[in-house]
Amino acid sequence: MSKDNNLLGWIDARFPLSKMWEDHLSKYYAPKNFNFWYFFGSLALLVLVLQIVTGIFLTMQYKPDGATAFASVEYIMRDVDWGWLLRYMHSTGASAFFIVVYLHMFRGLMYGSYQKPRELLWLFGMLIFLALMAEAFMGYLLPWGQMSYWGAQVIISLFGAIPVIGDDITLWIRGDFVISDATLNRFFALHVIAVPLILVMLVVMHVLALHEVGSNNPDGVEIKKNKDENGIPLDGIPFHPYYSVKDIVGVVVFLILFSIVVFFMPEMNGYFLEHANFEPANPFKTPPHIAPVWYFTPFYAILRAVPDKLMGVIGMFSAIIVLFLLPWFDRGKVHSIRYRSTAFKGLLVMFVISFVALGYLGAIPATETRTWFARLFTLGYFSYFFGLWFISKNENTKPVPERVTS
Amino acid sequence: MSSDGIDKSRRRFLTAATTVVGGAGVVAVAVPFLASWNPSARARSAGAPVEADISKLEAGQQIIVKWQGKPVWIVRRDEEALASLPKIEPELRDPASDESIQPAYTKNQHRSIKPEYLVVVGICTHLGCSPTYRPEITADWMGGFFCPCHGSKFDFAARVYKGVPAPTNLVIPPHKFVAENVVLIGEDGEA
Amino acid sequence: MKKSLILLAGIIFPVVGWTAGGTIFPNDDISINWDNKQAMQRGAALFTNYCLSCHSAAYSRYNRVGQDLGISDELMKQNLIFTTNKYGEQTKVGSLMKTTMTTEYAEAAFGTAPPDLSLVARSRGTHWLYNYLRGFYLDETRPMGVNNGVFPAVGMPHVLADLEGLKKVKKEMQDDGHGGQHEVIVGFEQVTKGSMSTEEYDQAVKDLVAFLDYLAEPYKETRQNVGTGVLIFLFFFLILTYLLKKEYWKDIH
Repeated sequence: MSKDNNLLGWIDARFPLSKMWEDHLSKYYAPKNFNFWYFFGSLALLVLVLQIVTGIFLTMQYKPDGATAFASVEYIMRDVDWGWLLRYMHSTGASAFFIVVYLHMFRGLMYGSYQKPRELLWLFGMLIFLALMAEAFMGYLLPWGQMSYWGAQVIISLFGAIPVIGDDITLWIRGDFVISDATLNRFFALHVIAVPLILVMLVVMHVLALHEVGSNNPDGVEIKKNKDENGIPLDGIPFHPYYSVKDIVGVVVFLILFSIVVFFMPEMNGYFLEHANFEPANPFKTPPHIAPVWYFTPFYAILRAVPDKLMGVIGMFSAIIVLFLLPWFDRGKVHSIRYRSTAFKGLLVMFVISFVALGYLGAIPATETRTWFARLFTLGYFSYFFGLWFISKNENTKPVPERVTS
Repeated sequence: MSSDGIDKSRRRFLTAATTVVGGAGVVAVAVPFLASWNPSARARSAGAPVEADISKLEAGQQIIVKWQGKPVWIVRRDEEALASLPKIEPELRDPASDESIQPAYTKNQHRSIKPEYLVVVGICTHLGCSPTYRPEITADWMGGFFCPCHGSKFDFAARVYKGVPAPTNLVIPPHKFVAENVVLIGEDGEA
Repeated sequence: MKKSLILLAGIIFPVVGWTAGGTIFPNDDISINWDNKQAMQRGAALFTNYCLSCHSAAYSRYNRVGQDLGISDELMKQNLIFTTNKYGEQTKVGSLMKTTMTTEYAEAAFGTAPPDLSLVARSRGTHWLYNYLRGFYLDETRPMGVNNGVFPAVGMPHVLADLEGLKKVKKEMQDDGHGGQHEVIVGFEQVTKGSMSTEEYDQAVKDLVAFLDYLAEPYKETRQNVGTGVLIFLFFFLILTYLLKKEYWKDIH
């Protein structure tokens, strides 16, 4: 025992090991009233680790080369011991990442986790979301199937909408006149090194910002306002052991759902692995129906809803930019949906319906009727932000309790 | 937060059980990752037994075939080479091949199935270089194999000399004659 | 449990990406029994005899197929490996299942290289394959003399014609629902007999599609078996972690 203490003491004199443990785990006080929605932060971290580890092992067998990429994926699936498991974990993990992150973001919307003093925390989170989208998009090119190829073709062509320099930019991104080996190789480098590095740094900043301001909670009250004589928040409990043991339960439930997909329905009926992607990339033949993977479809539907190329691209990027600006659209002082007005609840319901409907419309082929619906839901999507700005000035809120409710 | 009524032993038991079961789970998850480093079906297919036709091999000549990506030599030794084997034994480290790797049916003086034909993996037992075949007999060289990397010397039966870095004789792969003049390397029908 | 789970997912998430398009003929359902290895063996024989002459299955190895379907390496060499290397030696049993037809020759003969079939059951689906292989009919306007009710203007000849025989098509005009009319296939009529009856041919195609389904994901059974074990472990672990959580949270409530 004393030997451990001595070793720990030796390290602590040279590196803040115990201090870090205390600051971020054993003496980080989190509100005691976290509910279901507070599992998704730690789950996102879990999926990040999972993606990095499976990704490293896939990199050991994958060939980033237009002539051999597709075959090397099938080589992993068939010839490498357990290769199919590594690949399915990685492909399912990509979708799982977005499910977890979307639910995590929705939690923020519901309980006002982006409001003062957590604006920067929200911005770091949004940057993570952006990096994640880039990571997923570039990763999807790597299997070099038909959907990889034509999906990338469509998305890169978006940059062609930029006036004057658009065509030069698309040419520069591709490094060739079409998507080619050059594009694949640079996307590989970005996917396995550059973006993951940025992601990890952003996650560290996100967590540091969280631990600086402290966690929000379903009541949206600041637990730091009520402290005991030792300076410990009365409604706070140490993250470790209480939330570590609680999050493990969430992790196991998540792993059960994750395993059901990985082992019993890895294609998820064409949502996680698209059928057309089991054909090698063919620059001369577009598949009859191109859709991005489900996590991009809401934004893709907005793009398609606008009848002008440039305006469509602007619309799609605006849908992400407004999310960045959310802390300033919301002028309210009350955080949690529990104490906010009926108007707020209505807006949030409208936003969720619009987002899900856009996601569905983006996955299926467009028709005239569907495009009109997409326009309607695009309006619903953006109305949330402007509606929020409008109603939050003088909102009819309920009284907020002084302390968290159990 | 009160510490009354806490069942410490139950808490300790559950913590330990979760740690052990969770640890077992982590170990189980590590298996597929580590196993993915095993030779793949492609490598195993490339490492499948190979046949070599030795009908055109003349006395004193050597041919090299690839088995599991490694060079395998087939040397047809002439009378002179075979005659040198017993004479050279005092200079060898492991003349009876007691410490060396070979199938039991080649643990003899000429280290082969048929005395004429030596089948041996051409990789030095020191640090993995591939020695060269030096059949010409001179005043100070009895003929055999010489490793240029660190100067190890082997006789015509690929047995190592004393005083060189290589610790044991060169490895004899499992092999058999499937026809009068055809050797199958990598399979001997014994395993 | 596996099947009900998969069924449930099918209800919540309708299949996307397989745009079958309602106008294919024939349009019969097929179900594949992965336990029936004999059917897959028969399919493998059809595959190597007919398909592998022009198509390859270049991500798959003969000996892996043998292991999974219970065919010994010796039987495989005697009955299923027809390709040779450039010296005329039989392709090795550990090799990938490649066709000996070169891409240049194929492009000259058919206008396009026949696609690799390793993954065709995953890109097209078994329903499509089952009907496609039963959908060939005589059509003099086509270069190969046949057309297909599932794949219009198909470039492939009817390779299985000596088994099925040849059929004529019956077409009718039908309303397209937008006030216009269009021609649809309503049936086939046998013109010349093949070596099999219609029922026998349907069964043969079923076997072949079962083999293609296997070929597209040879590790499917392993995947599901491992998954069952993983889930049992996780449910057990869930109980343990839940008890642990409850024990610690006694402090809070």
